[in-house]
Amino acid sequence: MPDVESNSNLAIEVNDLTKRYGQIVAVDHISFAVKRGELFGFLGPNGAGKTTTIRMLTGVIGLDDGIASILGYKAGSLKAKQVTGVLPEMANAYPDLSGWNNLMFTAELYGVAVRKAREKGTELLQAVGLFSRKDDLVSAYSKGMKQRLILCMALISEPQMLFLDEPTSGLDVQSARLINDMLRSLNANGKTIFLTTHDMDEANQLCQRVAIINQGKIVAMDAPEKLRLTTSGMHSLEVSFSEPVSPEALAKLPGVNAVKTLGDKYRLYTAEPGELVASLVKYSASNGLKMVSLNTLAPTLEDAFVTLTEREGK
Amino acid sequence: MPSGATALQQLRRSLAIARKDIRIYYSKGPVVIFGLLFPVFLFLSFLIGRHLTVDFMMPGLLGMILFFTATAISPIVVPWETMGRTLERLMSCPVANGTIILGDILASFIFGLGISLVPIIITLALGVAISSPAFLALAIILGAFCFACLGNLFSIPPTNLPATANMIASVVKFPLVFISGIFIPLDELPSWGQAIAYVSPLTYFTDVARHCIAGQGHIPVAIDLLALLAFSAIFLTLDITLHNRTMPRRI
Repeated sequence: MPDVESNSNLAIEVNDLTKRYGQIVAVDHISFAVKRGELFGFLGPNGAGKTTTIRMLTGVIGLDDGIASILGYKAGSLKAKQVTGVLPEMANAYPDLSGWNNLMFTAELYGVAVRKAREKGTELLQAVGLFSRKDDLVSAYSKGMKQRLILCMALISEPQMLFLDEPTSGLDVQSARLINDMLRSLNANGKTIFLTTHDMDEANQLCQRVAIINQGKIVAMDAPEKLRLTTSGMHSLEVSFSEPVSPEALAKLPGVNAVKTLGDKYRLYTAEPGELVASLVKYSASNGLKMVSLNTLAPTLEDAFVTLTEREGK
Repeated sequence: MPSGATALQQLRRSLAIARKDIRIYYSKGPVVIFGLLFPVFLFLSFLIGRHLTVDFMMPGLLGMILFFTATAISPIVVPWETMGRTLERLMSCPVANGTIILGDILASFIFGLGISLVPIIITLALGVAISSPAFLALAIILGAFCFACLGNLFSIPPTNLPATANMIASVVKFPLVFISGIFIPLDELPSWGQAIAYVSPLTYFTDVARHCIAGQGHIPVAIDLLALLAFSAIFLTLDITLHNRTMPRRI
């Protein structure tokens, strides 16, 4: 029986959530909602409040103000935890237990029946390619293997909701890809996933919606594609010339908002890419230069992220 | 207030945590050896050269071993889990902080009970009769639980360094050994010494063990057992209340 009033279509409802550490407001009155079955990304620079938010939602730390509910249950309550699987940032499995014993221990904590836990544990370890190493101590596992095991631990109780804090951070490409494929498949089967990540490409490819948090406040929330397109002036042209040119001279061209030197190339940010192409052609002709390459680039989610977090930081 | 079903469910999960603790922290050779050998050698170093009877010494040895084993690991489990980054995962599972703490206490309790068999077997092997085995068993159960709860109190400061918790434990544990009637019978202590002895739970365990093994004690057995029960209740309440406050600060 849910213990707070809630919209049944929502998996997470957060209103005015706040956490303070002394004078520092780590999370500053944030509000958002995640729909059931949604894969929601929570992005932000280091120290923005992502992990503090996830810790409040998973009941690891208390909240100072506001309310939060998970599938209709008060965040942090035993009922909310029972329907939730968590992969915390930098979490460890017990290195002195085998992978299998770590999994069975987690199943016991969720009250999963022994037979069911064994079946599900076998299925999960096979899915992540760890079944042949199940009886090895976790201390002998690589970082990627540990992270795959912790994901299995988060899934052993077949939770309706998953909280994943930087699940692929620092992993090799193979492990990261395996985890991301698994997340896509889980989400396709209806699982709600709340994911924090630094990897913009990952967020862009996985998430249906993302929120960007900076200095404890949500600065933007939308579908990645919409967020990317709403960042005005973030179109860019990447150009290289037969000879080095002065970036200051390029910055003076009409319509250029900013210039970045990238090796032997220059990236020019503009709101009017078409007009800038014409200006560049004129510039190279008048200076006796030859354009070696010219590419137009649409704004990326990373561009949106940098712009939004820098804007808020000022 | 949890319902009966929830309380039973949480108790089962405490037992799962206790089994995990025993597998990880207790079933290691050095821990068992340290739990047994250290109190034995400490005991011998104070008794060699003194003309004490075996039936006086064995209750003291039993008290020392039970006290040191039940408080050996309980102070360091939570700091260890903090340092090893396993605590956050545990706290995100559907277990109350009190369930985690009770699990850690139960592991120390079971370890203390198991190890206490060693001095009991030595006592019997030396031909010393146990006059009240049922009371002694009850005292060992209460004593092991009480000392396990006491040990857990030492890990309340939110440190992730097991050595810090161990240092706090040592500052309290060693003085308690000397004021609890193990080396000097309570009857021979001055009145101020007796007054101090009564604040130590080890005093009541040693006294009831003397009743059951040597047939003589200073305090009535019922008072000894009630005192152990009262200390257990106080320590357990403090453990759960204070850990509940400090545990989120470890993350």
